Amino acid sequence: MIKAILIFNNHGKPRLIRFYQYFAEDMQQQIIRETFHLVSKRDDNVCNFLEGIYFTLIYRHYATLYFVFCVDSSESELGILDLIQVFVETLDKCFENVCELDLIFHMDKVHYILQEVVMGGMVLETNMNEIVAQVELQNRMEKSEGGLSGAPARAVSAVKNMNLPEIPRNINIGDINIKVPSLSPF
Amino acid sequence: MSDVVEKTLSALPGLFDSQTGAARITSRLRQLVKSITELTSKNEEESLIKQELSSMKEQVSSPNTSMMREIMVRAMYCEMLGYDASFTYIHAIKLAQQGGVLEKRVGYLAVSLFLNEGHELLLLLVNTVLKDLQSTNVIEAYMALTVVAQVFPKDMIPAVLPLLEDKLSYPKEIIRRKAVLALYKFYLIAPNQVQHIHAKFRKALCDRDPGVMTSSLHIYLQLITESPDDYKDLTGSFVTILKQVVGGKLPVDFNYHNVPAPWLQIQLLRILSLLGKEDRSTSELMYEVLDESLRRAEMNHNITYAILYECVKAIYTIHPKAELLEKAARCIGNFVLSPKINLRYLGLKALTYVVQHDAKLALQHQMTIIECLDHTDFTIKRETLELLFRITNAQNVTVIVEKMLDFLHGCSDEHTIIHLVGKVAELAEKFAPDNSWFIQTMNDVFSTGGDLLQQDVPNNFLRLLAEGSESKEEDDQLRLYAVNSYLTVLKGDASHLPQRFLQVMSWVLGEYAHLQESVDQREVIRLLTQLLDQRSVSSETRVWILSALTKISEGQTDLILDLAESLSSSQDTVLRQQAQELRQLSQDSQLYEWVLPRGAPWDSMEVDSSLSFLDGFVSEALAAGAAPYKPPHQRQEELCEDRALNLEPYSFSLPVSLSSCSITDRQSPTLLSVSSGLSGNSTELSQKAGSSTLILEGVKRVWGRDGYLRQNETTAPPVDEPSAAVQPSGQQEAAERLEPQPEPSTQNQDKLQLASSLFVGLGAGSSMSLLGKSEAPPPRFRKKPRPHESSSSSSSGTSERSSDSSSRSSHSTTDSFLYGSLLEEEPATSISAFSHTPKSSTANGLAQNKDTKEDRRANTSQILGGDMVIVRPNTFQDKHPSLVSSDLTALLPADLKDLPHSDVISLTSDPSLSLSSCRLFRDEALLLVILISNCTETVIKDVAVQLTCEELETASLRGNVMNCLEGNSTSVCHYALLMDEPHTNVSFTGTVSYQTQPGHTNTLSFSGTLSAADFIRPLVVSTEEYGKLWLSLSHDVKQNLKLLTDASDPLRTTLNALKDALQLHVVDIIGSEGIVACRLLSGAPCLLHCRVNGAALAMWLRSPHPALPDCILYHCQRALAQH
Repeated sequence: MIKAILIFNNHGKPRLIRFYQYFAEDMQQQIIRETFHLVSKRDDNVCNFLEGIYFTLIYRHYATLYFVFCVDSSESELGILDLIQVFVETLDKCFENVCELDLIFHMDKVHYILQEVVMGGMVLETNMNEIVAQVELQNRMEKSEGGLSGAPARAVSAVKNMNLPEIPRNINIGDINIKVPSLSPF
Repeated sequence: MSDVVEKTLSALPGLFDSQTGAARITSRLRQLVKSITELTSKNEEESLIKQELSSMKEQVSSPNTSMMREIMVRAMYCEMLGYDASFTYIHAIKLAQQGGVLEKRVGYLAVSLFLNEGHELLLLLVNTVLKDLQSTNVIEAYMALTVVAQVFPKDMIPAVLPLLEDKLSYPKEIIRRKAVLALYKFYLIAPNQVQHIHAKFRKALCDRDPGVMTSSLHIYLQLITESPDDYKDLTGSFVTILKQVVGGKLPVDFNYHNVPAPWLQIQLLRILSLLGKEDRSTSELMYEVLDESLRRAEMNHNITYAILYECVKAIYTIHPKAELLEKAARCIGNFVLSPKINLRYLGLKALTYVVQHDAKLALQHQMTIIECLDHTDFTIKRETLELLFRITNAQNVTVIVEKMLDFLHGCSDEHTIIHLVGKVAELAEKFAPDNSWFIQTMNDVFSTGGDLLQQDVPNNFLRLLAEGSESKEEDDQLRLYAVNSYLTVLKGDASHLPQRFLQVMSWVLGEYAHLQESVDQREVIRLLTQLLDQRSVSSETRVWILSALTKISEGQTDLILDLAESLSSSQDTVLRQQAQELRQLSQDSQLYEWVLPRGAPWDSMEVDSSLSFLDGFVSEALAAGAAPYKPPHQRQEELCEDRALNLEPYSFSLPVSLSSCSITDRQSPTLLSVSSGLSGNSTELSQKAGSSTLILEGVKRVWGRDGYLRQNETTAPPVDEPSAAVQPSGQQEAAERLEPQPEPSTQNQDKLQLASSLFVGLGAGSSMSLLGKSEAPPPRFRKKPRPHESSSSSSSGTSERSSDSSSRSSHSTTDSFLYGSLLEEEPATSISAFSHTPKSSTANGLAQNKDTKEDRRANTSQILGGDMVIVRPNTFQDKHPSLVSSDLTALLPADLKDLPHSDVISLTSDPSLSLSSCRLFRDEALLLVILISNCTETVIKDVAVQLTCEELETASLRGNVMNCLEGNSTSVCHYALLMDEPHTNVSFTGTVSYQTQPGHTNTLSFSGTLSAADFIRPLVVSTEEYGKLWLSLSHDVKQNLKLLTDASDPLRTTLNALKDALQLHVVDIIGSEGIVACRLLSGAPCLLHCRVNGAALAMWLRSPHPALPDCILYHCQRALAQH
């Protein structure tokens, strides 16, 4: 079973946190901190598995983001590793070149996508096309009702006004292309 | 930058379209994110979020739903960062309740993120979920299912269950799939509630949509993990499915990188390996498909390796087949040799798994393993060490331990250190080639592991040193080496050493420094004293050091007096006390000799932990009017009662004598607490104290309803009461103490036995023993292997002794230690198969004394039994109990014969012993009677039964050890078991150790299960009482049960069936309704309200205990299903 899914950036700022097993609030924060501590120490050329204190950590590092799946012994390591890939590819498809900003401003959307992949700690769907289809179905419903969907996009526009220290770069990792602007003080 | 601009442009139309309100909201979120971006410190972030939260609090009651949605997102953001936004929880629920589809979606998401299954607010969501599940809008049902699978209150499952079952046949595939997962979730949190729908799980497995089938595999993986035997019949189906998947029969949609449904394959392989484990015929069904999987999975992608890995694991788990094993071994080779680091890791993991079956495989990959050992990746290194640990033997231990220690030195992760250090210590103890290596390694372990070390590592080490092996010479050499090594360490800089290490060192020096004759004892004392002065040394360690000093201080009066002097002004009272004792001892050599006899053999020492030598003092003090000793927990209780009493007004004026009595009663017992802790009469006395409270009530009744009541003569002056009652018993006690072979009171006897079983072999000969000196048992502990289960008690005994013999200051520990144990042990009742007469446990003194000694010996062997490797694991299954001839029930002790009892079932047997068990239902406990029959003609000696069950509490046991069991006779041992927390089924395990010939101990293990039904007792109440009780109970569960319709009065028949199965009490049956009551032993009641509802029986259960109704419901369902 998947116990938790953590996404944080290179500085340890959480971007998406989803626990499937109950932990008290401060315990959750501690797990995030410790996981970041463990994962961030590792080079990119070492293996993607780690024995944590509470569970096995399976992670992938994409440019500025770490995607960490905390699982128990009943999950296949390589299987989960590819599931992360599927999830990120799906994000990429839904956001068209996903970047860290998308995760910040569309936190709810990312959660919806995740819900299609993993439900209550169990893998629900691994087929990317299916996932995208489900998400789009719901997006259509959203468009028909109008409302919030536009809001985060406008927030992205606001970020344009922020002083971005570096120009976003394109980085090739694995099979997909994630373009990620690096925002230093996050 | 261009990307951001692009995004902005694409977002622009949205900006223009939206209403002005939305734009304002957006600016909020934008501002929040923006300002957080600009912050530089955690403090600033905190104050900003606080500000944000308070502004959210103001807006939160806004009726504008789109605003609410945005607030929810902001709240999620704050919660993610670790700030508390709990005030929004209720609004999240409201949003899900009231809003349109969009609001619902945000609301449900927020709820599933914010709340956990136990959260009380979740109950408010139940109605919404129910409504949405019934909604015709697919999206709403879809969302409701999602939230049900993520978070749903356990108690409300029955309400939603029928709706979910309907959803299993919903036309849309995704809905069915989610319903299956939701049911799985229910199974995880409340297995009892969904057990009736197993047939539906099977239907889901055969669903026409492969997606639904995939989801149902989650359930089957879990079910099969729990009980593989129940699902063997499905093996064929799983094999067929896997064959079809591997053969590419699924739609192309399910392919991932051209591999057909890899996750499905992984899941199926896991299920198959569980099914085929230790089962030849089942394994044979799957050889072909495993072979095909191996063959097909050759494409070079990550996910195919995942399948291969599962395949290999499955092949090694199921019944072996040479051809497949060969292929799997080759496959592991590919993993291990792969340049891809992830695959290499998995290769190592597979090797670690496989090495138990086939150690040769590791040899093939020696070089790779060595390479991995020097790998830069921490995870790889750790896994390699894990592998090495598995293949360690006496030849390679030095190298492997060296590697492990090297790794430890460079490691900073606490978790890993604790984990590995324990392993190093284990290996060192198991395979140490020689003394110097062993001590050196343990030194490394202690200094590296430091204070993170698990307590059992130093304890085991000290035990090993203290108990030694068969040869005294070897032991002394080991000890001598340890002493030398520690002296060297202490001569260097000791300030950085961990406390645990210092404690070990000081204990060893204290015990064995005298073995080293070439070193002046004064030097040792000087080194230890130096340690005492160091600031880094903790006060606990100081106590250890001082104990050591006490032991080696003989004849060094001048040094010791200096030391005692310097410590007498210490801040630490324990140290001050020890120093004072040290001074006394060093001045009185006779006393010293008596307290700390030099060179007394370890095993012959005894602690009179009942402190009976103080009885005279106690009775004197009691006679002088002191309050009797009460154990701390009792004092605590009384304190609480006192407090409760104090709330009442002092309306009654009590006679002076009475109040003075209560004052003595409450007097601080510290005066006596240390000394009289366990003297046999203290419990009696506290009962006496209780009787004086009764008198107090009697006096209250001086004024009755009818006016003044003439005082009875029987109310004697209360103050005299306790002392008068005590005096004779006290004198008797004192007299007993003088006799060489005294007859202790029954209570004393019990406690002595308890003490002897707890401290057996560890006592100190310093204190007087009631039982006289028993012959010193031969050294019984072998050096290897180390038993882990007995280490805790004996290790605490070790430390006990070290402080006890030196200072006798830690009696309170002894007290708590003894009081902590609830075991009430009684002498063995050995019954000859022919006479059927149990030997009375209250036989005359002498016989009893003999019994006790025998018991003690038997107890030793019981601990020894833990030393042995379990010879014959044997499981007995509840479902197929093998009935033993019922005349065994005739062997039950006379006082138990009348109790209702179950059939006698056989537990286990071997050529010499056969064990069977019988359950006897006493009101307040379940008596588990174990009948031990000697099947041989010869006498079997030292039979000891040990029974463990985590969930149950043993209230008392009797006859678990016996000195000898005559040929062809049967002995009875029984355990009174209590169930505090309801569990549907609990399993127990146990071992019997016995000796057919001296020195040769056999062990026979057994196990079994008890069901909650064994612990349920009828609760006899009247209908009115039932009504009152019903209203006062909080936890309720409702469920429909099967009604036995074949009889003329279905309700009565059903209730009677339940009554027979579960010992329920049918209170009343009125028309189509029936009320039934029961309780868990003498604890929590459970009331059942049954109503005939068509063809079903609607059962409504209420209990003060949340888990009890579930439990009873489960057994009711079973009982009816079996009927």
